Amino acid sequence: MVTLTIDGREVQAEEGAMVLDAARDNNIYIPALCSNEAIKPYGACRLCLVEIVTNGKERLVASCLYPVEEGLIVKTNSERVMNNRRTIMELLLARCPSLEVIQDLAKRLAVDKTPFKLEDKRCILCGLCVRACEEVVGVSAISLVNRGIDREMASPFYEFPDACIGCGSCAYVCPVETITLEDVGDTRTITMPNPKMQKTEFKLKKCKICGNYWAPEKQLDYITKTLSLAPEIFDVCPDCRE
Amino acid sequence: MGAKQLAEKVESILDNYQRDQGMLVSILQDIQAEYNYLPKEALVEVSQTLGAPLSRVYSVATFFKAFSLEPRGRYLINVCLGTACHVRGAVRILETIERELDIRPGKTTQDLKFTLETVNCVGCCALGPVVIIDGEYHGQMKTDKVKVLLENYT
Repeated sequence: MVTLTIDGREVQAEEGAMVLDAARDNNIYIPALCSNEAIKPYGACRLCLVEIVTNGKERLVASCLYPVEEGLIVKTNSERVMNNRRTIMELLLARCPSLEVIQDLAKRLAVDKTPFKLEDKRCILCGLCVRACEEVVGVSAISLVNRGIDREMASPFYEFPDACIGCGSCAYVCPVETITLEDVGDTRTITMPNPKMQKTEFKLKKCKICGNYWAPEKQLDYITKTLSLAPEIFDVCPDCRE
Repeated sequence: MGAKQLAEKVESILDNYQRDQGMLVSILQDIQAEYNYLPKEALVEVSQTLGAPLSRVYSVATFFKAFSLEPRGRYLINVCLGTACHVRGAVRILETIERELDIRPGKTTQDLKFTLETVNCVGCCALGPVVIIDGEYHGQMKTDKVKVLLENYT
């Protein structure tokens, strides 16, 4: 265990843990959009920045990527942190003014307007969807493409992603709720915020007992294959299984 | 260009790098050098042979400006728009070339002869305005010299 000081409070954290996790475990609020406990930290949204003191010097770091150290002093709401965080929030608000999650978070951080030119993007490029697809699901159907101001989340060639199994993890992890998933009848539709991409539709499997459509066929095929299960195992939905 | 030929060519390039995923950028550079652009089929082939997700190959291919996913012209025209060239009228040179070839920067003529690009300084400011065609430097460019210059390339 490592002892560090966050906002004047001495807290304990496991070695190797990140400052953000240590703070959250002790109910100290640090805003963050691109972090998810199931996915490796990435440091994209920069909202979680905090001030740390090492060797008597103060500097700003992304707390999601900074491992705890013995005796580390962390300030999560110093004036410098708040000023920088506000600017980051203003940039996010300018990029995605129509996203509710962004509006709410801006309000929480006392940002009610932005001095930057408004755009109407619906994605903050945090890459959570891409990272979930690669790290958790293991299919890597989508990625961040292009560079600089043209950067966007997309499938290869903006086409229907063959590798996608329709599991919907991307929609589940999306911190700004911009990837949506809808099951209607026997079809699941996943909508990405990229207008150049087509809608991705997946056929759902019908349960042999209750007749409900319960999961995409492609996803079930993928699970049977990767875990070498018998294909019949998914003929019945979890609710009807004993 | 047949699909089989392309697959064979890509395979041989991949073999040069022992099919190592870590060499992806070099592999794409070699494919680009061979075809002047990255054909979609080549990217699919690279992904399958390396066992790397197509999304990653596509991500890398779109990240670097040196790669193009669209066919490029036989000759690459680079118009320098650095400060020194700019104040000596590089923008007018560029506009003349655009009119002459009927393309915008970043695009390729329909006959796949020229691709037009701009750069921000090539380091020989004394020659400005500079136009580089396929590595050949043409200094002290003038708008009325553009047409003759382009006609030299067939």
